[in-house]
Amino acid sequence: MTVVPPRTHAPTPGQTVGPFFAFGLGYPAMNQVVFPHSPGSLVLGGTITDGEGAAIPDALVEIWQADADGSIPRARGACRRDGHTFTGFGRAFTSDEGRYEFWTRNPGAEPGKAPFFAVIVYARGLPNKLHTRAYLPENAAALAADPLLASLSGEERATLIATRTPDGGLTFDIRLQGEKETVFLAY
Amino acid sequence: MTTTPPPAAAPESLLAAPDQASQAQISAEIAAAHADAERRVAAGEPLPTTLYDFPPYRSSILRHPTKNPRLVDPETIELLSPAFGQRDVAAIESDLTLQHAGEPLGERMTVEGRLLDSWGRPLRNQLVEIWQANAAGRYIHQRDQHPAPLDPNFTGAGRTVTDDEGRYRFTTIKPGPYPWRNHVNAWRPAHIHFSIFGSSFTQRIITQMYFPGDPLFALDPIYQSIRSQKDRDRLVGVYDHDLTSPEFSMGYRFDIVVDGPDATWFEPEKEH
Ligand SMILES: [Fe+2]
Repeated sequence: MTVVPPRTHAPTPGQTVGPFFAFGLGYPAMNQVVFPHSPGSLVLGGTITDGEGAAIPDALVEIWQADADGSIPRARGACRRDGHTFTGFGRAFTSDEGRYEFWTRNPGAEPGKAPFFAVIVYARGLPNKLHTRAYLPENAAALAADPLLASLSGEERATLIATRTPDGGLTFDIRLQGEKETVFLAY
Repeated sequence: MTTTPPPAAAPESLLAAPDQASQAQISAEIAAAHADAERRVAAGEPLPTTLYDFPPYRSSILRHPTKNPRLVDPETIELLSPAFGQRDVAAIESDLTLQHAGEPLGERMTVEGRLLDSWGRPLRNQLVEIWQANAAGRYIHQRDQHPAPLDPNFTGAGRTVTDDEGRYRFTTIKPGPYPWRNHVNAWRPAHIHFSIFGSSFTQRIITQMYFPGDPLFALDPIYQSIRSQKDRDRLVGVYDHDLTSPEFSMGYRFDIVVDGPDATWFEPEKEH
């Protein structure tokens, strides 16, 4: 058993991303974890809404994922895409309608585990980042065995499982507040 | 005897709505929220360092989660992070004063610091991104309506990757404070936005660096969304005369410590 020594450094607190992040955090093809329309590619998208159900047009979403075989990408280049290297990381801004979209592929997982995208949300008006997970909807046995999902009510669990669209894409809406509020995570 | 003229008014269309709160009311709400947080922490409630539920920051009212986050054991993917390297950035991206044909206006400065984990270990090859207003307090972002001048020689965005000691360094212009419409006469203290990756995705952080002694600190609901003074102090860059270059630029130090669960502690590699 690893003994974790006491921490010596207090963490730097987070702050809101504010309204004007687009020119600082945007870069070409940032939401293309894979090249659009390449074999196995799909669109993962959704809408981010507030406590009144209104779309949030100034939010930022990041995903980080394993490759389809469950391996964790170690290749560099997520900020300067070459169109074929799989770095596992993507970033998207919401549109005026509060919608974000990624081109990516299905993540895999370790044997017996439920695959998911690690997701972080930031927005103007949100004082700090929020972590969550977007699980693939298939493989009921792995979902049932997942420790996080097993600890949630049915309604909460539903906020973390993406919906498969007829064309193979994934829909994952994020509700920052209110009815069906997305389950957010602390580690 | 001279009479002081009233301060110049911004164009009508940019003024805060008449039904907005005064600074006095916002300041009272900040004090009340801090006192409430202190009471709850004293009673044993775990509250985040940065309060999500912080009504003086008006646009947070409908955008903050109302439930506590669910504590989970991170899975392997969450314990690792995207790999970055020099191929991800160009060297010139760390100098915000060289991105145009001419020199930007304002006070040239460098900001340098180290990226560390909770045990003081440097985080190498991590992406650091910054963005900021120009010296007049204006962002290049098209939604920024503040009637201060744009600077044709300043964009205000930079990127770099930390070196083997976890160090990063930017050359830029000291940003100006700027107004926003949270309440009547609301001004943000001068700040630089920072986005940082750690070696674990759980350590990801977006924050803001401020400047020593800013008179706007006490008035700003964003800075004050951090509930304790000692944590707020961690966001203030330190003036460092050793980083100041003679005849050239002022130097500030801003070290960043990422958080992360105990699982981000990996046993150091054994010597063979
Ligand atoms: Fe700002």
